[in-house]
Amino acid sequence: MSADANRRGWLKAMAASAGGLWAAACDKINDDPKVQQVLQSAEGLTRRTQRALIDRMALAREFAEADISKDFRANGSISPGDADYRTHLLGGFKDYRLVVDGLVERPLALSLVDLRAQASRTQITRHDCVEGWSSIAKWRGARLSPLLDRAGVKREARYIVFHCFDTLDPEDPKAGKYYESIDLVDAHHPQTILAYEMNGQPLPVGHGAPVRLRVERQLGYKQAKYISRIEAVADLAPFGRGKGGFWEDRGYEWYAGI
Amino acid sequence: MAETRRKKVLVQRHSAVTRLTHWINLAAITLLLMSGLQIFNAHPALYWGQKATFAQPWLSMTAVEQGDAYRGVTQIGPFSLDTTGLFGASGKAGQEVARGFPAWATIPSYRALVDGRHWHFFFAWLFVLNGLVYLAFNLIGGHVRHDLLPPRDQLSPKHLWREILDHARLRFPKGEEARRYNALQKGAYLGVIFVLLPLMVLTGLTMSPAVDAWQPWLVHLFGGRQSARTIHFICASLVVAFVVVHVVMVLVSGVFNNIRSMVTGKYAIEVEGDAR
Repeated sequence: MSADANRRGWLKAMAASAGGLWAAACDKINDDPKVQQVLQSAEGLTRRTQRALIDRMALAREFAEADISKDFRANGSISPGDADYRTHLLGGFKDYRLVVDGLVERPLALSLVDLRAQASRTQITRHDCVEGWSSIAKWRGARLSPLLDRAGVKREARYIVFHCFDTLDPEDPKAGKYYESIDLVDAHHPQTILAYEMNGQPLPVGHGAPVRLRVERQLGYKQAKYISRIEAVADLAPFGRGKGGFWEDRGYEWYAGI
Repeated sequence: MAETRRKKVLVQRHSAVTRLTHWINLAAITLLLMSGLQIFNAHPALYWGQKATFAQPWLSMTAVEQGDAYRGVTQIGPFSLDTTGLFGASGKAGQEVARGFPAWATIPSYRALVDGRHWHFFFAWLFVLNGLVYLAFNLIGGHVRHDLLPPRDQLSPKHLWREILDHARLRFPKGEEARRYNALQKGAYLGVIFVLLPLMVLTGLTMSPAVDAWQPWLVHLFGGRQSARTIHFICASLVVAFVVVHVVMVLVSGVFNNIRSMVTGKYAIEVEGDAR
């Protein structure tokens, strides 16, 4: 080996070990629970600032037909293997009933035909994934607000929890099924719908058939797919790890505004 | 005629607020950059407009399988570059893994979008509050007006041309002229403080769907959320370019004197004066 190549090899090895030490030091800081606590203190500040500044009834922008994405990405679960879901899928969701229960006066169990008979809304909106990409689609679905009024949400209810058919992480037996939750302000927002159509077609499996949530103005992970049951609750603590959603339990923000 | 000699005098160059906010800013921008690259790695591709055009990003970093390892490919418009080890795929030679930016450039080094977001939003607040302190003191205190806005004599084409030549030869102002920043320096500082950094904040905010519902004109101004993400990335790259040039200039124009001035505030200049 020439002296030059030798020196180059040596420099490369030095740079690699310096990079390794640097990365290890950064990771040690990152993994310290106290550091995490300090970092996450900013989250409360962001949430309160958003709540103070932003009109919660503001509408997300709606787009034109021409803006619709031809390549809307399906993310998260795209073909749930859960047995009850497979059964419904094979049966064309004929026996599917969307259950609305919990802290309500009149629990409901709606077939897709019932759901389609509810007050509906059609909106062309932008879906913003937490990973950074966006896609645009036309959604048609039952407005959540009149549906909740029909069920009669009790005074003590504060949140709406969406239970889903899919197990997003089948490798982790403790992970449980996907779930999400929103507060009653978002539940009564005019653009909050239970979508059963995407771009004029029944909702495809990859995008959450038969019913998914659209709660515009929030990130993609809030738009729960494969909804089986809607539950009005007073407290989010009993669900999952208590943070109000599958990704929230893994550190993502519950209000998902940024 | 009395003999004149050069002598060194220490002048007050940076106020305490400027010095303090400078170093806080360094920490904030470093961590914003590292956490920003972590977030970018969650989807290492950039688009223009409102929505992603997955098959045609204008910039992407991808990994192509090659045996047990990956080859990194960076694509910019029609150009495709092999960037193994740096962009697209990096790690131990022969065992490269697929990732946009390499482990040493992100916090944490491993892939963790959620941690990247926590670092990013914490230091975004620190950066914004620190920047507001800097602006409040230096707009009201006159630092911006007196020291950063170039006066007419510095803006003549002849003067600017001479400055460019001087910079190219790494010759820096001496004596009385060293009491003030040169025009290129002023332009760089003003551009970063009043254009690049505010654009970073605003394009960052428009990536929030809640902010977009509240102030739709802002994301419209940037041409859509994906354009805003692209502008955010480009501005960050320009901030990195500025920092590189800034550090080189600090090194070649008297590193001890420069660093002392940003720590203690005192900067030494040579003036002609009587030998006493």
